[in-house]
Amino acid sequence: MYRYDEFDETIVRERVKEFRGQVERRLSGEITEDQFKPLRLMNGLYLQLHAYMLRVAIPYGTLSSRQMRQLAFIAREYDKGYGHMTTRQNIQYNWPALVDTPAILDALADVEMHAIQTSGNCIRNVTSDQYAGAAEDEVEDPRPWCEIIRQWSSFHPEFSFLPRKFKIAVTASEHDRAAVKVHDIGLRLYKNSEGRTGFEVLVGGGLGRTPYIGHVIRDFLPKEHLLSYLEAILRVYNLLGRRDNAYKARIKIQVNAEGIDAFRGMVEEEWARIKDSGVDLPREEIERIRRYFAPPPFEKLPRESTAFNDAAASDKGFARWARVNTVAHKQPGYAIVNISLKPPGKPPGDISDEQMEAAAHIAERYSFDELRVTHEQNICLPHVKKDDLYAVYQSLQAADLATANIGLASDIIACPGLDYCTLANARSIPIAERIAERFSAAGVEDDIGELKIKISGCINACGHHHVGHIGILGVDKKGEEFYQITLGGSGAEDASIGEIAGRGLSSDEVIDAVERLVDYYRANRQDGERFLDAYRRLGLDRFKEAIYADAQAA
Amino acid sequence: MKVVTANRLQDGAVVYLAPDNSWSERFSGAVLITDAEAQDVISVISGRVREIADAYLIDADASGPVGRETLRETIRSAGPTVRPDLGKQGERA
Ligand code: SF4
Repeated sequence: MYRYDEFDETIVRERVKEFRGQVERRLSGEITEDQFKPLRLMNGLYLQLHAYMLRVAIPYGTLSSRQMRQLAFIAREYDKGYGHMTTRQNIQYNWPALVDTPAILDALADVEMHAIQTSGNCIRNVTSDQYAGAAEDEVEDPRPWCEIIRQWSSFHPEFSFLPRKFKIAVTASEHDRAAVKVHDIGLRLYKNSEGRTGFEVLVGGGLGRTPYIGHVIRDFLPKEHLLSYLEAILRVYNLLGRRDNAYKARIKIQVNAEGIDAFRGMVEEEWARIKDSGVDLPREEIERIRRYFAPPPFEKLPRESTAFNDAAASDKGFARWARVNTVAHKQPGYAIVNISLKPPGKPPGDISDEQMEAAAHIAERYSFDELRVTHEQNICLPHVKKDDLYAVYQSLQAADLATANIGLASDIIACPGLDYCTLANARSIPIAERIAERFSAAGVEDDIGELKIKISGCINACGHHHVGHIGILGVDKKGEEFYQITLGGSGAEDASIGEIAGRGLSSDEVIDAVERLVDYYRANRQDGERFLDAYRRLGLDRFKEAIYADAQAA
Repeated sequence: MKVVTANRLQDGAVVYLAPDNSWSERFSGAVLITDAEAQDVISVISGRVREIADAYLIDADASGPVGRETLRETIRSAGPTVRPDLGKQGERA
């Protein structure tokens, strides 16, 4: 795992010191809120409905047990005993006091973490596949490249004041778990027909008010040129992106206004100019960073585990959990374990300090000291021996962390919504809780199979509703909460933007409507067909009828 | 009628302007002012930068927030609806 070098350490400590001074000046009244606000935002500190909110970056989702314990410590000591995992592989604390923030940032710096570039018009936390380094289908671990991007983009003087925020995601697998097609820049590492590994580069994807799927700007970028190519894209955007209108300032607007071919032309021209000017890292440096992500010392094990098979045969709950929450690992005898933060009836993505401690402990003991947070607001233990799965399951159970629903109907993404967020139109969490409860209580989740429900409390789409198989968007109608359903979205390799299914529904209606959609799917699917595939085959109109059939009568 | 609300500078807690010009953590401690007074009051209050992060007016009557922002302001005055143990609603017990 990557460790900060001295340079990082110094710069982060200095930032904390600087912020401590700014907080003191704010508290003494020397500076006003208007002057202070941009300064606190630069350090990840927002003001929400009930309190301040601190957003902490978890670079490419990777955490050591020590870091997770520190996050737990902060939750307990300075917050209300929990944190919230976001769709951008960040953790948010909902109740920190301003006066405590410098101490929190120091505590983060103690474990090489910070909240820098989690706000503002800069390059944000680089996100990646939570199965990086473990996935069976990856061509190589994408995280060294994430780290290279992190170092390059941290405090980048030219790109600290972009027209708007900028998000980059990286994957190295065929199956896209990092939603690269809906990022400002999406990078997919793959092996081309000549056997060389490089990046497919996508640009101009994004959600929010104007959702777009990213365009391929380059089919194949040799890896060693990653930074110069990114720099070329960012430079074209920085110079020409619209600064006059926040709604039109994202790169997706520029790319789609210019057309991808024209945009590509400008980028290629710029790239030709800077390609050999020393922006790219020398090979030794790439190798040095890569060494930090060397695979852990796996044991040579048989593919099958007798201990696992025996436990699964005698404990049905374990067998189901293992089937739903674990994934094949590239190393024989190992598995990837997903820890669901979606127990039905609880806020998606929330985790208590005790659960963080428990997860840290389990990771230390069974997963080479490593944890990942996922953009779907869960956690994962990347490297667990199959022989240890039963012990891991029992430890997770003891910590209330053994919900078996990964990828199923109750594994819902939901943003904080009107329960916490100042920008919200409507609440998201109660809708997620009620839908999850309904499906899990009915015991139909396994039969429904893969279903991605995603909920946002406003058009900013932090809950990724546009790319939900079923998306739900909170809208405000004369002060009342209403919900608009979108259908057929996907954030994976088969990415698409969901289609709006019609007029908004009340909070009660929307729960019933989702159930009717699923009933309709179950009645009309073909063998092995996922909800999304059935939708794509049958089309919007038929599903729409299912939604509004009874809602009208009601 | 209106009420002045703000987030307290030190910890961000939701507060309301009270009759004695101090800040109340409870909506029940808020002073109701007339629409006519509102602008004058808010411009004076906004000068108290050491106490609050921001201040704004909400529509209200004695029973609580009213009008378009009722839900938002009710949630602010109580706490997250999904965590009855947190926020002011949690402190009441
Ligand atoms: S989608 Fe809207 S309501 Fe939800 S967290 Fe983002 S800004 Fe807030």
